[in-house]
Amino acid sequence: MALLKLDKATIRFGGLVAVNGVNLEVEEGEILALIGPNGAGKSTIFNLITGIYAPTEGKISFKGTNISGRPPYVIAGSGIGRTFQNIRLFSQQTVLDNVLIGAHTRGNWNLSGALLKFLPAVRREEGRLLELAIHCLSKVDLAHRAFDLACNLSYGEQRRLEIARALAIEPALLLLDEPAAGMNPQEKQTLLTMVKNIREAGVTVFLVEHDMKFVMGLSDRIAVLDYGVKIADGRPEEVRSNPAVIEAYLGKGAH
Amino acid sequence: MLNNLVNSIDPYLLQILVNIGIGIILALGLNIITGLTGQLSLGHAAFMSVGAFTGALLTIKLGLPFYLTILLSGSITAVVAALIGWPILRLSGDYLAICTLGFAEIVKVVFLNLDITNKALGLTVPLPPSFLPMPIIVLIVVVLAIIASAFIQNSRFGRALMAIRDDEIAAESMGINIARYKVQSFAVSAFLAGIGGCLYGHFLGYINPSDFGFLKSIDMLSMIVLGGLGSVPGAVFGASILSAAPEFLRFMSQYRMLVYGALLVFLMVFRPNGLLGGVNFTDLVLRKLGVKPHLATHKQEGQ
Ligand SMILES: Nc1ncnc2c1ncn2[C@@H]1O[C@H](COP(=O)(O)OP(=O)(O)OP(=O)(O)O)[C@@H](O)[C@H]1O
Ligand SMILES: [Mg+2]
Repeated sequence: MALLKLDKATIRFGGLVAVNGVNLEVEEGEILALIGPNGAGKSTIFNLITGIYAPTEGKISFKGTNISGRPPYVIAGSGIGRTFQNIRLFSQQTVLDNVLIGAHTRGNWNLSGALLKFLPAVRREEGRLLELAIHCLSKVDLAHRAFDLACNLSYGEQRRLEIARALAIEPALLLLDEPAAGMNPQEKQTLLTMVKNIREAGVTVFLVEHDMKFVMGLSDRIAVLDYGVKIADGRPEEVRSNPAVIEAYLGKGAH
Repeated sequence: MLNNLVNSIDPYLLQILVNIGIGIILALGLNIITGLTGQLSLGHAAFMSVGAFTGALLTIKLGLPFYLTILLSGSITAVVAALIGWPILRLSGDYLAICTLGFAEIVKVVFLNLDITNKALGLTVPLPPSFLPMPIIVLIVVVLAIIASAFIQNSRFGRALMAIRDDEIAAESMGINIARYKVQSFAVSAFLAGIGGCLYGHFLGYINPSDFGFLKSIDMLSMIVLGGLGSVPGAVFGASILSAAPEFLRFMSQYRMLVYGALLVFLMVFRPNGLLGGVNFTDLVLRKLGVKPHLATHKQEGQ
């Protein structure tokens, strides 16, 4: 059974069908890339999966349960972590606090825990969350920046911090929306290794990315979206030579 | 002995100090919903009012022990806040502000028309017997409120609130139940406002629904804006200055609001984050003690 399954997922914004009857399965343990021209609906698919939008039609299931229409916090809690194409860090907070917020679902103590901070059980939980946060930061090589404000990180570091924050959910599925955007070639290479390591650690990765070299070097499988419709889905070399894909990218008559 | 100590302080000074204490409690309360959670409440005086009248009635009608009255005033106010917070905290920004404003007016009008609150005449509140003198009780509540606020800010609960303040979509995507945390934050905030109101009523000995109008709400807001939104020392500092200021500006009482307004405008221009905003005291201390840089050694772990 697939970890994540989109079944004829569709969303309309007024007259625009941003995602149109997309069937897609993400298998456990794989790295799947979603590519397509600007405005194809890639980010919208991520927003559907994470509950920011509810599908107008169709169904999305995760680990066999229907999650369509559930609120984002429930979906995150069930094990889907994500990053954003337009970085959405808590920019005035420290790097560490950003990741601790990501670890929210890994803790239980609420208001009572805040007021009874000195209880051993509360302190144990705080310690555990702190350890988890540092661990996630070290996975993207940011532990040494733990006490800097997020806004003081470089662009590439901010993208990596978003990944660390999403990892703190301890997700089964990690969604990365253009993780390499704005990075220089070296940073991209480092990121590639980091994402591979994350998958080795047992996290299924589903990413959207425009950089073809990055996608080809990382993905087990690639799906292609054009005007909200899935036009191809297969191994990287299959997709690269698929006429429909070439047409979508270069326009009619390109081959 | 404590009574002697309190009695030896100049009554006028004592009154200023108690006013400052109550101001701090109110400011710390508002700071939780507005400073930490980022939800602008323009009607917090209503919660102070609910606490003041609840406290007065518990003392007058039931003659409960003072400490129990204080706790109950806070708790009942928190329940009221949770009930009205549930629908209105779904609104954002300006809409929420307008709703809290409207709620405060409704509370005022209701209290002005109820028999039990003695309508527009207000209530005379006797000071119930208690082991500790009033100023000491206020001091203890202030200390507890400061500790609770600091604890909240450095906890999983507080982090969730600040995440909501900074980016609701990101917070939700990290598994934070926004609606629930907003309501809880509102209730905690109102709990402190209710206690502040209860102490205010018993200290002054007389309350009137019109005491808790829009200007009172703006007073509280000015305190936390002056000190720096979201900062506990800032709230204490802002409340101290603005609670004491009317006394020092008494000689120019007509122009007091003018000076006040001008100060706030200057502040917004030169220090928009408040006087103590953006100063992380725990962090400063930890760095001084050399505790923080340690963690840098984790850098290469687990790669
Ligand atoms: N909330 C919304 N309301 C109306 N239209 C929207 C909304 N969100 C997305 N769209 C539209 O849906 C289409 C798909 O947008 P989406 O952001 O998913 O594209 P994308 O494939 O991620 O593109 P890019 O590569 O530029 O990030 C676009 O035409 C966009 O304008
Ligand atoms: Mg996009």
